[in-house]
Amino acid sequence: MAVPQPVETTFLFGRLTWQAFPLHEPILVATFAVVALGGVALLATLTWFRLWGYLWREWFTSVDHKKIGIMYMVLGLIMLLRGFADAIMMRLQQAMAFNGSEGYLNAHHYDQIFTAHGVIMIFFVAMPLVTGLMNYVVPLQIGARDVSFPFLNNFSFWMTVGGAVLVMASLFVGEFAQTGWLAYPPLSNIGYSPWVGVDYYIWGLQVAGVGTTLSGINLICTIIKMRAPGMSLMKMPVFTWTSLCTNVLIVASFPVLTAVLALLSLDRYVGTNFFTNDFGGNPMMYVNLIWIWGHPEVYILILPLFGVFSEVTSTFSGKKLFGYTSMVYATVVITVLSYLVWLHHFFTMGSGASVNSFFGITTMIISIPTGAKIFNWLFTMYRGRIRFELPMMWTVAFMLTFTVGGMTGVLLAVPPADFVLHNSLFLVAHFHNVIIGGVLFGLFAGIAYWWPKAFGFKLDPFWGKVSFWCWVVGFWLAFMPLYILGLMGVTRRMRVFDDPSLQIWFIIAGLGAALIAVGIAAMLLQFFVSIMRREKLVDETGDPWDGRTLEWSTSSPPPAYNFAFTPVIHDNDAWWDMKKRGYSRPLSGYRPIHMPSNTGTGVILAGLSTVIGFALVWYIWWLAAVGFFALLVTAIGHTFNYHRDFHIPAEEVTRTEEARTELLAARS
Amino acid sequence: MSAVAATAAEKAVPTFYVKDEHDHAEGSSTMLGFWIYLMSDCLIFAILFAVYGVLGTNYAAGPAPKDLFDLSLVAVNTTMLLLSSITYGFAMLTMEKNRVAATQAWLAVTGLFGLAFLSIELYEFVHMIHEGATPQRSGFLSAFFTLVGTHGLHVTFGIVWLVTLMMQVGQRGLIAANRRRLMCLSMFWHFLDVVWIGVFTFVYLMGMLR
Repeated sequence: MAVPQPVETTFLFGRLTWQAFPLHEPILVATFAVVALGGVALLATLTWFRLWGYLWREWFTSVDHKKIGIMYMVLGLIMLLRGFADAIMMRLQQAMAFNGSEGYLNAHHYDQIFTAHGVIMIFFVAMPLVTGLMNYVVPLQIGARDVSFPFLNNFSFWMTVGGAVLVMASLFVGEFAQTGWLAYPPLSNIGYSPWVGVDYYIWGLQVAGVGTTLSGINLICTIIKMRAPGMSLMKMPVFTWTSLCTNVLIVASFPVLTAVLALLSLDRYVGTNFFTNDFGGNPMMYVNLIWIWGHPEVYILILPLFGVFSEVTSTFSGKKLFGYTSMVYATVVITVLSYLVWLHHFFTMGSGASVNSFFGITTMIISIPTGAKIFNWLFTMYRGRIRFELPMMWTVAFMLTFTVGGMTGVLLAVPPADFVLHNSLFLVAHFHNVIIGGVLFGLFAGIAYWWPKAFGFKLDPFWGKVSFWCWVVGFWLAFMPLYILGLMGVTRRMRVFDDPSLQIWFIIAGLGAALIAVGIAAMLLQFFVSIMRREKLVDETGDPWDGRTLEWSTSSPPPAYNFAFTPVIHDNDAWWDMKKRGYSRPLSGYRPIHMPSNTGTGVILAGLSTVIGFALVWYIWWLAAVGFFALLVTAIGHTFNYHRDFHIPAEEVTRTEEARTELLAARS
Repeated sequence: MSAVAATAAEKAVPTFYVKDEHDHAEGSSTMLGFWIYLMSDCLIFAILFAVYGVLGTNYAAGPAPKDLFDLSLVAVNTTMLLLSSITYGFAMLTMEKNRVAATQAWLAVTGLFGLAFLSIELYEFVHMIHEGATPQRSGFLSAFFTLVGTHGLHVTFGIVWLVTLMMQVGQRGLIAANRRRLMCLSMFWHFLDVVWIGVFTFVYLMGMLR
């Protein structure tokens, strides 16, 4: 029976002692120094420019879906830097650790790095970026003024931040899990991971997971209930469709993660026997359950980007999307099929030939709707007037890269082949091929595409292209060697190697990672340069790409209320239809607009949840109890506030709209 | 724009915007949202049921359902919960008639039945733990305590919510926002009832058959 080991705990600090601070790890001390200095500099700057009040009122407490969307993107990009730092450390370690060298990372540190890399990249980079994009774009595309539950939206965002804070805290206080990103038991059970690493993992993901589930519910309701008149389901833009499917997947899969992590924490904290080796526990049940969440999660990440590629291809080819209906059905089919393939992550479990065949076949079937999508994009481009702006370049790079990743995926779906390639670098190369080549390239396309909408000026194309080529070439350089190594039988998560002939491949992969680093730097530089040159890159029309969907019909950035008058939709390229049929912008008759009010409750609730998470990680029971009580009181107190909305007066709407009228008149 | 031009334009151009304020009434998405939330919660229970299904016979040489369950006690317990659902139904009927005090009274009765349910459940748990049938004893007991306990935790939060709503109804009466909230709690309460039927059948009745 895996009862928690007796640990030295004090009432006040639980098991948190000075030993928890990794002062013996020079890398972490140096990192901490840099982070602390940077943090202090940032706080000082904010204080110096008296930005705290502005940030609190206009951003942190905002229930505006656009601002929350932008905050999600900022969170995702910051966490990308952390996740990438982990990546480059792994590449360096693996390129060095040959011929008897131990590299520069000890096993305890290295194991935390590969775990943190996976967790951060999926949960705190890809998820916030995808959610941010959906948050920003979906209400605009459906002609709504905000989401269905604006307060919940703010709360969801801060819960995601809370999870990220816990994971980041583990870097300097204690340790992170050394289990791999899905924390399989029995390794993640208390007997084999006795300290705080796995607990940080559990509570970081639980806190963030609540946010994700609620934001999923919110966006489903928004899409179902808040569409502008005339927008039937089959007139929704494809990005909205893919967002709908993604959020259905979120709501129908994240509770599984919540439940399975709760069971794991019961095993660790209470000593139950869900996933233990003895007393009737069953570790493979954990693996099954976590992948019942995990596989839909893959599609949660990629589907919205399929939507982005659809919007981008159609806009930059100047054509209606080829096969809109088939695109929608392909998305829905992928949504359903994503629940029928989870076992392909562990064919080696030994479930027998029939079960493995079933899951192998369903996995291969998924490539059919996905392939249909690729052909739809190609046919959209066919005989179109393609403008190779940055979003379109990312899209083309995606189609080439993702197709290769998809084919190695089909290869892995063949159970006998999987028995050979399971847990090898071939698998690592495959999922990076689809996640970088699909999710990240899609996000970059989406950022370049909607940036002018969010900020009113385009991104600088030069640095964007530098970033593009570094990322694309860097990706191929970094991961093709891993395919080769995987075929040679090299397993994943290795820290040192015996066979010197492998080293050259790891060095090439390291060079690729370095090139990606340049790509990231160029992208940050692109943001910086664009902000500096925003006067030159400005877009006053609100429609810089000759767009087709509703978000381009309003100003850039859109006013708080998005649309002065709710649009009426006749076609699934609603804005294209409006432009073609001589729509003229209404210039009078503005009315007061009903909007939700800002509130700080979301920040407080998420902050308390983070404190509770931290207290539970360190066994500081009194703090967890106090935090929970405060959480309950705050949440109930919030329900006693019945005045959560206000009206933007007609005069203010008139002022905003007339300013735009003047701007447009001055241009023409 | 002259009147003539406007009419000519209106003929060629369809309506592209709503002139009147197009307002989504407050709470118009709440019922849908709450349904979706309930379904996500249902999924958590589905996982716990599945886990019970996998581990339910892993006694690890420890006690089995037949050694532990007292069906007559569980029958009383089930009755309490079913009665609480009926009284919640009465609360909703009186709410329809706009009778504040009666609504509150029925809510109070519902809460008391809920408390009775929880007390009996706690008694059962304490009794089992006292006999050495702890959650740590076997996979079966881990799954049992977690499934039944999660349901009990839900009922506890339901009661906290119920008390909150009784206060809010007292403060502001049966206004639209409060009716919506009562409706949500109603769905939540009946949902827990449905889950309990599953627990009663799947865990207790089928357990006694093994």
